[in-house]
Order: sequence, then structure tokens, then C-alpha cells
Amino acid sequence: MKDLFRKREFNLFIFILFIIFGVSWRTPSFLYINNFVDILNDTAILSMVAIGQLMIIVTGGIDLSVGSSLALSGMSVALLNQYHPGIPIFMIILISIAIGLLLGSINGLLVSRAKIPPIITTLGTMSIYRGLVFVLCGGTWVSAHEMTEAFRVFPRRSFLGISSLIYLSILIVILFLIFLNLTRTGREIYGVGGNKIASQYVGINLKKIQYIVFTLCGGITGLAGFLWVARYAAAQSETAIGFELQTIAACVIGGVSITGGSGTIIGVVLGAFFMGIVYNALTMINVSPFWQMAIQGFIIIFAIIINTVMDKRNQQLMLRKRSFNE
Amino acid sequence: MNKENGVLDIKKIRKISLLNIMWQWETILLFIFIMVAIINSNLSPYFLDYTNLMNTTFNFIEKAIIALPMIFVIICGDIDISVASIIALSSVFMGMASQAGVNTFGLVAIGLFSGSAAGFLNGFIITKFGIPAIAVTLGSMSLFRGIAYVILGDKAFTKYPTSFAFFGQGYIGNTMIPFELILFFILAIIFGIILHKTTMGRRVFAIGNNSTAARFSGIPVNRIRLIIFTVTGLCSGLASILLTSRIGSTRPNIAYGWELEIITTVVLGGVAITGGKGNIFGVVISIFIIGFLKFGMGLINVPGKVMNIIIGLLLILAIMLPELLKRLKPKNSFSNIKK
Repeated sequence: MKDLFRKREFNLFIFILFIIFGVSWRTPSFLYINNFVDILNDTAILSMVAIGQLMIIVTGGIDLSVGSSLALSGMSVALLNQYHPGIPIFMIILISIAIGLLLGSINGLLVSRAKIPPIITTLGTMSIYRGLVFVLCGGTWVSAHEMTEAFRVFPRRSFLGISSLIYLSILIVILFLIFLNLTRTGREIYGVGGNKIASQYVGINLKKIQYIVFTLCGGITGLAGFLWVARYAAAQSETAIGFELQTIAACVIGGVSITGGSGTIIGVVLGAFFMGIVYNALTMINVSPFWQMAIQGFIIIFAIIINTVMDKRNQQLMLRKRSFNE
Repeated sequence: MNKENGVLDIKKIRKISLLNIMWQWETILLFIFIMVAIINSNLSPYFLDYTNLMNTTFNFIEKAIIALPMIFVIICGDIDISVASIIALSSVFMGMASQAGVNTFGLVAIGLFSGSAAGFLNGFIITKFGIPAIAVTLGSMSLFRGIAYVILGDKAFTKYPTSFAFFGQGYIGNTMIPFELILFFILAIIFGIILHKTTMGRRVFAIGNNSTAARFSGIPVNRIRLIIFTVTGLCSGLASILLTSRIGSTRPNIAYGWELEIITTVVLGGVAITGGKGNIFGVVISIFIIGFLKFGMGLINVPGKVMNIIIGLLLILAIMLPELLKRLKPKNSFSNIKK
């Protein structure tokens, strides 16, 4: 039981329940099931991309280009849909994933082969990809009436009252839970983040791992690009600007160590859900949307301080236990 | 290294040092700078014009003023991505004060003070709890700009005293030299002396190379980092004064996205993002490379987003270049001579 309380995910979960309780006390309509489905819809894309970001942060890197690559893949498929409306929707999805994989693998190659630190690589590709979006669309929008019906409706198409957007994000969560926890490569990702040098001595191929995480993150981001553009029924050069920070925030709130080595998918999903709940609650209790950014910043700082303090306490407890046993 | 091998042929040593200068980062930057100038003046007849060149500095000197303390931050192995948000925060506070009828002197004091306070807050959280700077400044980046949005919403402050306009629009005497430019050069010299000629500067490099070793050799690591973050805040406040004075208004999205361009400038200037390496001269050249590159592209009507592609490519290529050159360079030139 004590161990449970020391888990970050559990604390975050308690905290989320606390917020739900507090808000629904003031506005009972917050508790409606429809409202929760709305929140899930709003956070589905964020939690998917945040899982990609998680893998990169776990290896000790960071990806600042996710917002731009999301926009680039979204814009590409939106234009494709506009000029070739005949292409079936599942081809569109595959193409968006392929574009994402390509953009991610460029990041991965620059980091693993050219040995440019991840923050610099993605800082550069962030501008480059964002610029390419502008070049592609020439500064204009692809708006709802230029997209086909099937394209626009896809994320909202629902089965048993739950949208395909949510199903897709659950699929991604399960796939990556298996990948990160049960496959050898998944465990190697954690190994690299824990100790780069030690992991190479035990035979982990650092270059390969770095390449894989950036490429996979790119793939998820590419899919998210299509979902984003279809859901909001608009593709423009400013799509998802600043989104990279939200994904990093979801990771940090979910207890992912920014220096690498630790972090779980459940934590990240809870982190994204937490952000969604806070935004939703703010509108529910009639707080101006201008407060959103400040509150997001405050939560990030608060979450990191809590994480760090708890970590240190846990380490001290472990040390004490060890010295006691000796 | 040369001192150890007193028997070496002096001519050979001179040859080597000349070769080393050739490969030095600043030389490469200077070369890029000259290339940019030549290409620009060929593309547009308006580039090599004294008035134009002086006036274009307005567009990047405010970023340059933040790039100076950012060199210290990055050499320490930290990073600060909240600087642009600090600009917004200071600018909003100055706007509020100006609305309340505070004079120019008071506005400057408020700008500098709020900037330093924000920087101090960053540094305090980072050093007190031992949290990586990127995580903390990521949060404060949202927080500071968020406060600006809370105060201003979709409105803007536009009322500033007339004398306040001097800082961002004024020239020195009757010359065409902007006040901002002179201020930047004075600051660059001060920061350069501190970084390269004082104990403080040596300590900054020591922290960046190995902060644990630095602490064990008696350097107050956390106090120095706290000072550096506070000074970064102070300079952001100063940049906020210049920018607010230049455009004469404050909106919450002021200086949006500047942090990335500032970090790009510093890294292009040869400061290692992993810390421990860098110098002021390289960054000053890189400031002018990016500034003039953007000016030149603006003259031939390149859209801003396309400029960003070129800046991004420049950043990545610039970082890849030393690795590529290392491969081209004759291997172990020193060990050959020793034999």
C-alpha cells in the first residue's frame, strides 16, 4: 500500500479525482458522461503524440519538431484529398503515417549518424518542416468544403458511442505498452536513457535505438496530423503551433524524468488527460480562456517540483533501507 | 602542446597554428558572413547602403542583447527557453505602469526589475530543487506569457510617454548609428571581458565541463547559475524596454518564438549545447550573419516562413560541418610531427 502511494501515476490519479470532485461540486454538469467523452476526444491526439515524445525523452532526447511535422503531414494529406478526392481514406491514413515516418527518420538520422544533439536537430527541423508547410500551401488554407465527406467525418465516426479517434488512441496506447514493456527493443530504450555508456557495454546499439524512437515518434505524429486536420476540418500553416510544448508538458506532468531513463505510458496518458480535464474544467467554471496558458505553466512547474522532491525522498528511503540491511 | 616539444622545428609549428586558425569556428563564421554579404549585395542593390544597413540592425539587436547572457547559460550546460515570455511579461508591466502615468525613468526601472525577478525565479527553482533548466523554463515560458495574457487578454497597451521612444528608435547624436546598436556593443564588450578575462568566466567554463568537479574545487556552482539566470532575466527586461519602445505598443504575443532564434544564434556562434565551450566573438558574428541573411532575403521578397527553412538548414549544417571537416582533415597531424 505504501508503495502504491509512492508511485507518481497513482498520485496523479488521486489528484485528477480530486479535481473532478472539486469541479463537479460547483458545476454538476461536469460529471455527465458526454462531457468525459468530449475530454477524451480532446486529449486523444495529445496523448498519442505524447507517447512518441515519451520514448524520445526516455532515451535522454527531446523532440521539438512534433508540432511542425504534425502540420506538414496534415497539410500534405489535406492537399492530396483536395486534388485527388478519389483516394480511399485508409490510403490517406497510410500516406500520413509514411510522411510522419520519413520526417521522424530524418530527425533520427541527424541525431544518430550526424551526432547532432536532439534539441538542436529538432530545433532546426522544427523551422524547416514549418517552412515546408508554408511552401506547400502557399499561405492559404485547406478548409472544410475542400475536403471530402469521408475525410472530414473519419475521426468523428463512432461505434458504440465512442469515436474512431478514441479507438485509435487506445490502439496506440496498447501497441506501445506492449512494445515498451514486453519487447527487447522497448527495454533497450529504457536502458539507453538510464545510462548511455553502460548500455553500450552490455551490447545495446545506441544509434539504432535513437533512430527507432525518432522514427516511431514521427509515425505517430504523422497519423496525428491526419486526425488533427480532419477533426478540425482545416489545414493551415499555423496548425498545431506550440503543440510540441504541450506534449512535453503531458510527459512532465505524467512523471517522465526529463533527463531520461524513467517514465511510463500510463503516466503520460494520465498527464494528457489531466491537461484536458483542467482546460475543460476552466470553461465549465467560467474562467476566461486567457488563463489557460498561465495555469498550464504553473501546473508544469508544480508537477516537476513535486516529482523531484518525491524522487529524492524515495532515494533517501532506499539508501536508508540498504544501510539498515547491511 | 607546443611548449612540451621544445625541439620542434619552429616553421612547422607556425604552419600548424595557421592551419588550426583556418579550421577554427570563428574563421568559418567570418567566411560565411562575407559570403552572405557578397551574395546579398549581388542580389539587391539596396543591401550595401549605409542607412539601410544601420536601420536593419533594429530588427535583431534586441535578440542579440539576450543572446549575450544566453552564451553563459549554455556554456554552464543549462538552457533558458523562457526569455521571450519574460519580454512579454516585462512589457505588460511597463504598459500597466505607463497607463497609470509613470514617467520614462520609472518604466525603465520596472522593465529591468520585472525581468530580473522573472529570471531570479527561474534560477531559484532550478538551483534550489536541482531540476533541469529546460523543464523549469518550459513551465515558466507558459507561466510568464500566460500572466501577460491574463492581464491583457485581447487588448493592447499603446500609451507610452514620448521620451520613452528614444530607447528603441533613437540615434546617437546626428549620426545614423542607432542607440540600440551602441548599447549592444558596450554590453558585448562587458560580457566578453567577464567571460574570457575574469575568474567568474573561468568558473562558468569549469561548471559547464564538469559541474561536480567544479563544486568539489570550491566553486559556488549554484550561486553562479542563479546569478546567470537572473542576469538573463535582466537582459530580457532590457530587450523588452527596447522592443516596447521601438514598436510603441504591447500585446501578449509580443516577441513570440524568439527564444528559438536566440538559441539558434548562440549555437551557430560555436557555443556547444552540451556546455563548456564557446566564445563571445563567434556569437557576435553569428548574430550579424543571421540578421543580414534575413535582411537580404527580405529585400528580394522571401516570405518569413521560408527564411526560417534557411535558418534551420544553416543551423543543422553548421553543427554538422566540424564533424565533416574532422574527417577531411589529415589525421593526427601532431603525432606525425612528434615522430
